[in-house]
Amino acid sequence: MAVPVEATDVVAPSSLDAAVAAFADGSDVTIVGGGTIVLPEITHGRVRPRRALLLGGAGLAGVRSESGRTTIGAMTSVADLESAPEPLGEAARHVADAEVRAQATIGGNLCAPPGVESPRGDLQAALIALGADVRSTGAGGERTEPVEAFLAAGPEGRLVLEVSFADPEAGASASVRRPHAHAYTIMRVCAARTGGEVRLAVSGAGPRGIRLKAAEAALAGGGDAAAAAERAVDDVTPQDDALASAWYRGKTLPVLVRRALNDLG
Amino acid sequence: MRLTVNGTEHDVLSPPLTPLLQVLREELSITSPKAGCQQGGCGACTVLVDGEPRRSCLTPIASIEGASVATVEGLGTPEELSPVQAAFHEHYAAQCGFCTSGFMMAAEALVQRDGETSREEVIEALSGHICRCTGYVKIIDAVTAAVNGDVDTARVEVDQSPRGDEAVTLIPGSPA
Repeated sequence: MAVPVEATDVVAPSSLDAAVAAFADGSDVTIVGGGTIVLPEITHGRVRPRRALLLGGAGLAGVRSESGRTTIGAMTSVADLESAPEPLGEAARHVADAEVRAQATIGGNLCAPPGVESPRGDLQAALIALGADVRSTGAGGERTEPVEAFLAAGPEGRLVLEVSFADPEAGASASVRRPHAHAYTIMRVCAARTGGEVRLAVSGAGPRGIRLKAAEAALAGGGDAAAAAERAVDDVTPQDDALASAWYRGKTLPVLVRRALNDLG
Repeated sequence: MRLTVNGTEHDVLSPPLTPLLQVLREELSITSPKAGCQQGGCGACTVLVDGEPRRSCLTPIASIEGASVATVEGLGTPEELSPVQAAFHEHYAAQCGFCTSGFMMAAEALVQRDGETSREEVIEALSGHICRCTGYVKIIDAVTAAVNGDVDTARVEVDQSPRGDEAVTLIPGSPA
């Protein structure tokens, strides 16, 4: 049931500097990027922002590609990533539906609280596989860190500015989806080879994207896709939700690892 | 803040984080966008914002200051249906009707795009819209016809005769 939306102090900065200043240390600030996650929370009274920061006009959107490196502004829409290097492009093309992809942002995808009914953060596995760095600001100033470190620390008190990665030599992914009017991705394994090194990660197996280090080690030790698949669940505690059981996820994950690696070649 | 809806400018008084859906339905009494799931999953609230299909339940009005919004109320009239409306009529694409406004506005965005649109592109464009009567085939037929100009608005005659005074027999022989 929708509740009346309260009057909130809303700031809509028109430049990056103004956005950073308005966010300050992030206390008591609710970020509204694309709005696809936070608006329902406000509508249903689960989030009651005291101050809201609307980022639409802050100039944080856009994809740059230079010197073999791709840099993506935090407010870049998921739709604008559909042609990004693989496996990011494939993951982006299967988020929600065209209308939501046009509104949802990569920054929001990184900061998504874990979904209760279905997984969120479908781009996280791709970004981990690509070895992406996240540049953010907040208390203590700006910092750049690997996406896994950002996800582990959580988005509280951080304003994501941009995400960047070295363009991979190859990228691939494999997913299991639930047929629906718009097919939800239950779980997606992403693989990328950058500088000769293969990274593997999964989205949809737990509350956020997880790097599959044991499977990577099996590969680095000379194992093939099947050998890596055997170690697929070592880093993961599969979760239950409305889309699939933990048992099903545990059984499917090795298959996805094998398929993604075979596709990577 | 200012908002133009179907060509008419409005001063909106709702708080800035109010979803566009609530502003349209409750402040401006424009009720074709439906409040379905109110979390972006069903597509019943889709309207056009500056020509792009957008979930009004996910859009805070403060983020679209000065924008131009289009809803089904701005498409056609009972005397002169828009091509999308005529195609829905011709192909029997509405059952209960709850999802119809959202489908129509997504279709309208496709119609306004240039060039041929394949059936697969129509399906992809409509994939965020759920019809719980599951009348998808007829909806896709209608939208494919509309986007490719395969609809004759002049052929459509809408029966507008009042029903209130007539005894309507749903099943022959049953009480009215």
